[in-house]
Amino acid sequence: MKLAAQGLAFGYRDRRIGSHVTLTLDAGEVLCLLGPNGSGKTTLFKTLLGLLPPQQGAVLIDGRDVRTLPRDAVARQVSYVPQAHGAFFPYTVREVVLMGRTAHLGLFAAPSARDHAAAMTAIRRLGLAHLADAVYTQISGGERQLVLIARALAQDARMVIMDEPTANLDFGNQVRVLERIRALADEGIGVLLSTHDPDHAFLCADRVAMLHQGELVACGAAAEVMTAAQLQRIYGVAVAVTAVTVGGAGTRHVCLPLSAF
Amino acid sequence: MAMTARQTLTLLAAVAALIGVVAIAFSVGRYPVAFADVLRVVWAWAGGAPHGLEPTLDTVVLQVRGPRVIAALLVGAALAAAGAAYQNLFRNPLVSPDILGVSAGAAVGAVLGIFLSLGVVAIQFLAFAGGLAAVGMVYLVAKTVRGHDPLLVLVLAGVVLGSLLGACVALLKYLADPYNQLPAITFWLLGSLSSTDPRDLWRAAPLLLAGLLPLWLLRWRINVLSLDDEEARALGVATGRIRLAVIVGATLMTSAAVAISGVIGWIGLVIPHFARMLTGPDFSRLLPVSVLLGAGFLVAVDTLARTIADVEVPLGVLTAFVGTPLFLWQLATARRGWQ
Repeated sequence: MKLAAQGLAFGYRDRRIGSHVTLTLDAGEVLCLLGPNGSGKTTLFKTLLGLLPPQQGAVLIDGRDVRTLPRDAVARQVSYVPQAHGAFFPYTVREVVLMGRTAHLGLFAAPSARDHAAAMTAIRRLGLAHLADAVYTQISGGERQLVLIARALAQDARMVIMDEPTANLDFGNQVRVLERIRALADEGIGVLLSTHDPDHAFLCADRVAMLHQGELVACGAAAEVMTAAQLQRIYGVAVAVTAVTVGGAGTRHVCLPLSAF
Repeated sequence: MAMTARQTLTLLAAVAALIGVVAIAFSVGRYPVAFADVLRVVWAWAGGAPHGLEPTLDTVVLQVRGPRVIAALLVGAALAAAGAAYQNLFRNPLVSPDILGVSAGAAVGAVLGIFLSLGVVAIQFLAFAGGLAAVGMVYLVAKTVRGHDPLLVLVLAGVVLGSLLGACVALLKYLADPYNQLPAITFWLLGSLSSTDPRDLWRAAPLLLAGLLPLWLLRWRINVLSLDDEEARALGVATGRIRLAVIVGATLMTSAAVAISGVIGWIGLVIPHFARMLTGPDFSRLLPVSVLLGAGFLVAVDTLARTIADVEVPLGVLTAFVGTPLFLWQLATARRGWQ
């Protein structure tokens, strides 16, 4: 199972946002996409999901062009966690997660007992059982983000693309979501996520890709790509990357800004 | 979706209320009939024992009130179901079935028919065809205008075309014979079930069912359609095709309803909203409850229309008088319906 972008140029209609993007996501790995605001991360994700047509190049799922696949076939292979958002109608958390089962349902079918069970399993895996009957529009932004991740799990796809899954979360939930992402990869699922925090890439990523002004400027193992010079180049601020040894937790890398505070 | 006790209770209460309203509608009026007698007449009509009551009762129950009550049931159910579908489709609880210009198109068709002094069946056909044509045009315009949010373009095209069709109605009214045609046009535009013929019902019922069928079959996809367009596609829904199927179904129902009743507002806006408060937004519950409540509401309002005054009150006027305070009350008291 492999998701691949080949020489991809992407954008909206007459506006080009990025180009020359070639990358692959394999089952069982976490690929973390770093890039400053406006570098084109969300647009790239939408193109990879087949929601936007590529301006050049192609997106391949197991060698098949995503444009030739019907929507439900794509959804069974790749799920999407958008940035947490409002909803228009007061569905319960359980109903929102059940919507993740749609690609597995016949056109005229409603969710079966099995789909309900799959949704509840996903809800429990994210520790949301107490919110199952809460109304999605009335829970906090962080809780909504977790619900959307549960929905992607219920979708039961081999690949998950997450757009800033930690953006709305408190410190504890950020760590819990990163742990969950790592666990998903260990279960054989390929995860592509974007984040604004280089430390998150250090914590959970096998590989890191950096998007700068619409082009991939680096892609490789986290320790190789995430150098101070490289981070400084894409974010435009001076940083230091240091190894920290914590008793019992081994050695970790962290990224520190060097501005004169 | 599994129903909670509360939801089952809601459904039962809606069914009970509907039966109660229908019973009252058959009994009251200028010629009151005891409910037991209504049952006896219907039983005799269905092939049971002769009722042995006055023959006038046959006329009142079977020919006057029967078709009218059934028409109210069908039209109310159709408008409420179409409204529920459109509200999900446009992700907006303030949308009514005529948002894409069904009523305006049907009005032009019917008014043209009256203007040309055509027969009742021809007028109904023109109303039906006008409604379908108006929505078809709105959809085509929205398809040709690219590069914007598809839903926004649909709504704007509906508003623009609706006002053009409104101008056509105004022109026809201006040109119409003020003594014969103008009253007939005004009467039609205000909506009424008083002249319902059983044959109208036989023509409309299959169309209503044909429109309802895709809405029921696609009930789960319609839930997902109420999410953001890209999100729904990422979840595996071919949004363009499902949206078209919903528009066709809802338009078919609304056109068929408007063709027999004239323009009746408010039901498609207020009833689904009310139903959502009772059952939550899941369309597989929302649709049946909207149908039950819409049918009951129009039977009740139509019964009022023919009993509260010496002359009949136009239905469109009465639904507005009943619907507006109901809607404002909902706005003020319950926020759970939408945010």
